[in-house]
Amino acid sequence: MEHEIAIAVSGVTKTYSEGSSATRALNGVDLVVRSGELTLMMGPSGSGKTTLLSIMGCILRPTSGTIQVAGRDVTALNERQMPAVRLRHMGFIFQGFNLFPTLTAGENVELSLQLKGTSGAAGKKEARRLMELVGLGEKYDQYPRNLSGGQQQRVAVARAVAGSPEVILADEPTAALDSHSGRSVMEILQSLAREQQRAVVVVTHDNRILDFADRTVHMEDGMVTQS
Amino acid sequence: MPPLARRNLFHDKIRLMVTLTGIIFAVVLIVVQLGLFFGFTTSTKSVLDHSQADLWITARNTPYVDVAVGFNERKFYRVLATPGVAAAEKYIVRWSQWKNQSGRTESVEVVGVDPNKLMGLPWNVVEGDASQLRQPHAVMVDEIYKEKLGVHKVGEWFEVRGYRVKVVGFTRGIRAFTTAPYVFTSFKNAQDFCIFDADQTNFVLVKAAAGVDLKQLQAELQRRLPDNDVYRTQEFAEKTSNYWMFTTGAGISVLMGAVLGLVVGLVVVTQTIYATTMDHIREFGTLKAMGAPNSYVYRVIITQAAIAAVMGYSMALVVTFFVTYGGSSSGAPIMVSWRLLVIMFFVTVGMCVTAGVVSIKKVMGLDPAMVFRG
Repeated sequence: MEHEIAIAVSGVTKTYSEGSSATRALNGVDLVVRSGELTLMMGPSGSGKTTLLSIMGCILRPTSGTIQVAGRDVTALNERQMPAVRLRHMGFIFQGFNLFPTLTAGENVELSLQLKGTSGAAGKKEARRLMELVGLGEKYDQYPRNLSGGQQQRVAVARAVAGSPEVILADEPTAALDSHSGRSVMEILQSLAREQQRAVVVVTHDNRILDFADRTVHMEDGMVTQS
Repeated sequence: MPPLARRNLFHDKIRLMVTLTGIIFAVVLIVVQLGLFFGFTTSTKSVLDHSQADLWITARNTPYVDVAVGFNERKFYRVLATPGVAAAEKYIVRWSQWKNQSGRTESVEVVGVDPNKLMGLPWNVVEGDASQLRQPHAVMVDEIYKEKLGVHKVGEWFEVRGYRVKVVGFTRGIRAFTTAPYVFTSFKNAQDFCIFDADQTNFVLVKAAAGVDLKQLQAELQRRLPDNDVYRTQEFAEKTSNYWMFTTGAGISVLMGAVLGLVVGLVVVTQTIYATTMDHIREFGTLKAMGAPNSYVYRVIITQAAIAAVMGYSMALVVTFFVTYGGSSSGAPIMVSWRLLVIMFFVTVGMCVTAGVVSIKKVMGLDPAMVFRG
């Protein structure tokens, strides 16, 4: 079965300049991410994985090359348009969870829904459904500090999928978790890809989760070396 | 709707206390310093503000109300004969010496009035009556200065420059800018207490007839009295307060205190709100990475600042009440008017929101990619 292209990266370079020195983080990357696939991006530190993830997530701009999200070229979008693309098409999962500590787990998900236009009773209902999807329905009213690392990352997954974005981008989602919690998070991400046809991209160093991948992309020195 | 602004503020109680304490400190500091400034400014010219007179006639080049030299009271009759003058009264304000029953002396400022008339009488009389100043030897003092003057109750006898005086009543809240309390007495007594000749006065107060143009009357009186100055009451009051507040060390100290209070208050509030926002900088970075529009982030930060402002201001009002209440029984006149409080409310909200806006600049400059840096 041929999956739809969610993100297409073509000839992307990224150079960080500081004073007179410049560091090339990406060096002509071509990559296609499809819906229904869980793609692992692996490679040594400094190979450009997170930079590529940030560019695919419309958080960073490439120095050259093009990015297409859901068939639309987003390379030339301005600073005001980029957040709207992120909000509509992307869900993010971070290594440090990045939950809002002053909101309960459920409210974290509600906030994401609210930003995407679903609030009030409908937002609450959907947030509850998503919390149940990640197996934390009973933790809805708990604050993040009262949850384990694995539970916090599952809340982050629920928040990322709020509003049904086509793409889920995860940066080292299992790095701070024990193997059991890590597998539990990966199982959810795998089911999002396979059952809900989301494009899931996971940047990782964690070899324990290799068997969850539909596809693995290796990077080195700012280039895709194996896909 | 998840109330992020409110939660950010209330979640950490200790941080909230620190934020509110900063705002309370700043508001109380500003209100008290401005209150002292207004109180002192008002006290420099209180006898003018409450004189009921439209015009004041003084010796030539009198710089302020407390140092007027005397002039011959024949001019008083020239004033009375001027068309447009409804009433005129001789009036004395001059330093003298009070001796209490233990023999200790204090500087006082004698105010000599005609108790049978309406202008220049003591106001806020809380014990006795201004008409009692008709009695021989009668004086009235303010209750704030009871201890300073050694007065306990009505009926006690003291001395003013060797003349025996009897306290016949008390006023409330008539403070002097200097350390010398006002002592109200009859014009005749004041002439004795202040070593004036029997035909001397140092002011003539004028009440204009209804419908008379005050500036025209002022000009006419000035024409008839070329050796005197004629001021509108407001004009002379401003001249007096400007003298005390801007040309004396005491006035400048109060003024500097008010300015410093305002500056320190602004800095404290700005720093407090800025720190409160910076405490949540990572969360704002996450919001931006998620794609939250800038307007949403603005709203959270400004709402946070506004809630802190309203809470801090409300608590500061209570503290200010106790501070001004304490000040009212001392010689420090802290004048906190409703207008000042209303203005301060908007100033507080403005300061907090401005501080929020300053921190917004920092938040808006955040690189959303920071969320991927662990």
